[in-house]
Amino acid sequence: MTAVSQPLADAPARTASRRPPRRIFHAIDHWALPAFTLLAIGYLLIPIAVMIVFSFNDYQGKFNFVWHGFTLQGWLHPFDWPGLPDAIKTSLLIAFLSTVGSSILGTFIGLALTRYNFRGRGAINGLIFLPMATPEIVMGASLLTLFVSSGLQGGMLNGVVPKGVLFPLGFTTILIAHIMFNISYVVVTVKARIAGFDRRLEEAAMDLGADELTTFWKITFPLIFPGVLAASLLAFSLSIDDFIITSFVSGTTNTFPIWVYSIIKNALPVQINVVGSMVFLGAVAIVGLSNIRQARANR
Amino acid sequence: MVEPHPQEFVEPVSEIDVRLVDVVKRFGDSNAVDHISLDVKDGEFFSLLGPSGCGKTTTLRMIGGFEQPTSGLIELQGQDVTWLPSYKRNVNTVFQSYALFPHLTIEENVAFGLRRKKVKDAEVKSRVTDMLKLVELPGFERRKPNQISGGQAQRVALARALINRPAVLLLDEPLGALDLKLRKQMQVELKRIQREVGITFIYVTHDQEEAMTMSDRIAVMNRGQYEQLGDPESLYERPQTRFVAGFLGVSNLLAGTVDGSADSFVLVKLADDTRLRVPAGLVEGKTEIEVGIRPEKIRMNGTDDTIPAAANQLEGVVSDVSYVGVSTQYIVASKSGIPMTVYEQNVERTSQGSLYRRGDAVRVSWLPEHTFVIRDAAAATREPVPAKEIH
Ligand SMILES: Nc1ncnc2c1ncn2[C@@H]1O[C@H](COP(=O)(O)OP(=O)(O)OP(=O)(O)O)[C@@H](O)[C@H]1O
Ligand SMILES: [Mg+2]
Repeated sequence: MTAVSQPLADAPARTASRRPPRRIFHAIDHWALPAFTLLAIGYLLIPIAVMIVFSFNDYQGKFNFVWHGFTLQGWLHPFDWPGLPDAIKTSLLIAFLSTVGSSILGTFIGLALTRYNFRGRGAINGLIFLPMATPEIVMGASLLTLFVSSGLQGGMLNGVVPKGVLFPLGFTTILIAHIMFNISYVVVTVKARIAGFDRRLEEAAMDLGADELTTFWKITFPLIFPGVLAASLLAFSLSIDDFIITSFVSGTTNTFPIWVYSIIKNALPVQINVVGSMVFLGAVAIVGLSNIRQARANR
Repeated sequence: MVEPHPQEFVEPVSEIDVRLVDVVKRFGDSNAVDHISLDVKDGEFFSLLGPSGCGKTTTLRMIGGFEQPTSGLIELQGQDVTWLPSYKRNVNTVFQSYALFPHLTIEENVAFGLRRKKVKDAEVKSRVTDMLKLVELPGFERRKPNQISGGQAQRVALARALINRPAVLLLDEPLGALDLKLRKQMQVELKRIQREVGITFIYVTHDQEEAMTMSDRIAVMNRGQYEQLGDPESLYERPQTRFVAGFLGVSNLLAGTVDGSADSFVLVKLADDTRLRVPAGLVEGKTEIEVGIRPEKIRMNGTDDTIPAAANQLEGVVSDVSYVGVSTQYIVASKSGIPMTVYEQNVERTSQGSLYRRGDAVRVSWLPEHTFVIRDAAAATREPVPAKEIH
């Protein structure tokens, strides 16, 4: 591009009169854009780089803020802090269960919303966006109200839901909340994939003797699977990450973010950086793997 | 010994493979298919021909089981299948867009139907190989649908349907996406395969030439109904409606009034008082009729030439000449103002350098036996199809 436009820049008569010389565009092309790109990438990556670098810090005292020298201590004892292993286990389990739950529900909702014309479809299409649009703090507060009301005398859900399910707060309530906010994201992602799906493929399968269930598993699901996979990765990371809503509905149960927040006033152990780095590297690995798979499938 | 396939041992209950009885399909407040009844015979190559939107696909989809008729009855080999889902019908479909499964290999695509019937692995393998040989795609087993050409995809779609040995094969404009040369080639191929496997084909197309060359019988459809059903020759030689006359080839239609008779002919008086002879058997006692004549059956004559006494003739002036190699196409404005299309083989006149030119006064003539009569007066009011529109 730039190479082609250069001779034009040297033909002053045509270009100079009406617009600034091409040389300026050339300079922008050549220097400014790459510079901005680098700045933007740096802006995104510096916090992550700091987290990873400080996971190797041989820090003194309680707070891992000042660089004191390189050590592998953090990585050799990544979970060595009271309460941390439990928090991680809870986080992973909730992330896994809410991913499975929301992926199944979201996929079927997505299918129903694209496939069938029913009364209220438009309304549901709109409502699906609500959890995404509602501020998390509002969502958290209202979920708390809902859950607690099932345990209180005279509360709205008192007697409707068996005691101990929604109240006292804990693992179950976190899971319910996570599935709920994940569904929206799954539905939106899966719907995008289904929108490009050719219904005639299903008709062809049925024409060849496959009943509805076989058609779903042999044709529909494999073809929308990339969408479902993308959706579930998104759901997993949203769940692992969530703090605000979880903090309202967690009761005494700690997820990783809740646990970090709870100890951060008294200490900032290197383990936080280590676990954070692991999550980041895990995510990178998954993205890398799926890219490789994609490239292979396209070949 | 391989496992027998149920349908191979079903003796045809009747000669009729597919029967539609007064089938209607309503979408919103219009009938896509409007009271169609027809019988397709065993082993027949049957075509549904008609313009875009006339209901061909909808008819086919109801036979295939992808669409339920609003009313009416569909029978396959004597069995009422109106409400049977497509996977329980002994028919297979070649879709217009092929609808190959993109995530499966060609082999898995072709084997899909047999797998559903739990046919043994070894037999599936050998039948797939045979089938790919039949459609001349051996060695394509491992490829994915996005790695083959349109013509090859079309043949895979055919193989995928044929391998199930259905009683009836439905084909929805299967050659629509192919270029002309490949289409001609595939027409021959399809016809060969149909003869070899002896399956009933119901073939949808809007290409009249394709329908004519391939079919045993054709139903010419228009607006959710068929206007005429018959073998290609009778449809072409004796079209009964304006629509059929215009859709299959080119026709000259002349409106006139019956005015006496002579021998075995009826005399028809045109608007300009010219009298034409029409075989009496075609008129069926009507008085206001439209007489039709195909362009290639008309002779061009100079004003001084002698014309056989038995022939019909009209005077006119050449208003357009196009030389198209095998023939020359003239438009002759007759005295009454009706433009007549005439095709003349390029035999003598070209070699003598005496083609007619624009403005020449001529007389066109034809034998009465070559005329046809539009029977369906109602069709005239439906949708006048100008003779020149097609080709
Ligand atoms: N699912 C549907 N909903 C509403 N109208 C439909 C539907 N399918 C078909 N139609 C209408 O029914 C009529 C017949 O459609 P059909 O697809 O059978 O036409 P066709 O003869 O196959 O045309 P083409 O040659 O263009 O494929 C058309 O007017 C079409 O708009
Ligand atoms: Mg169609």
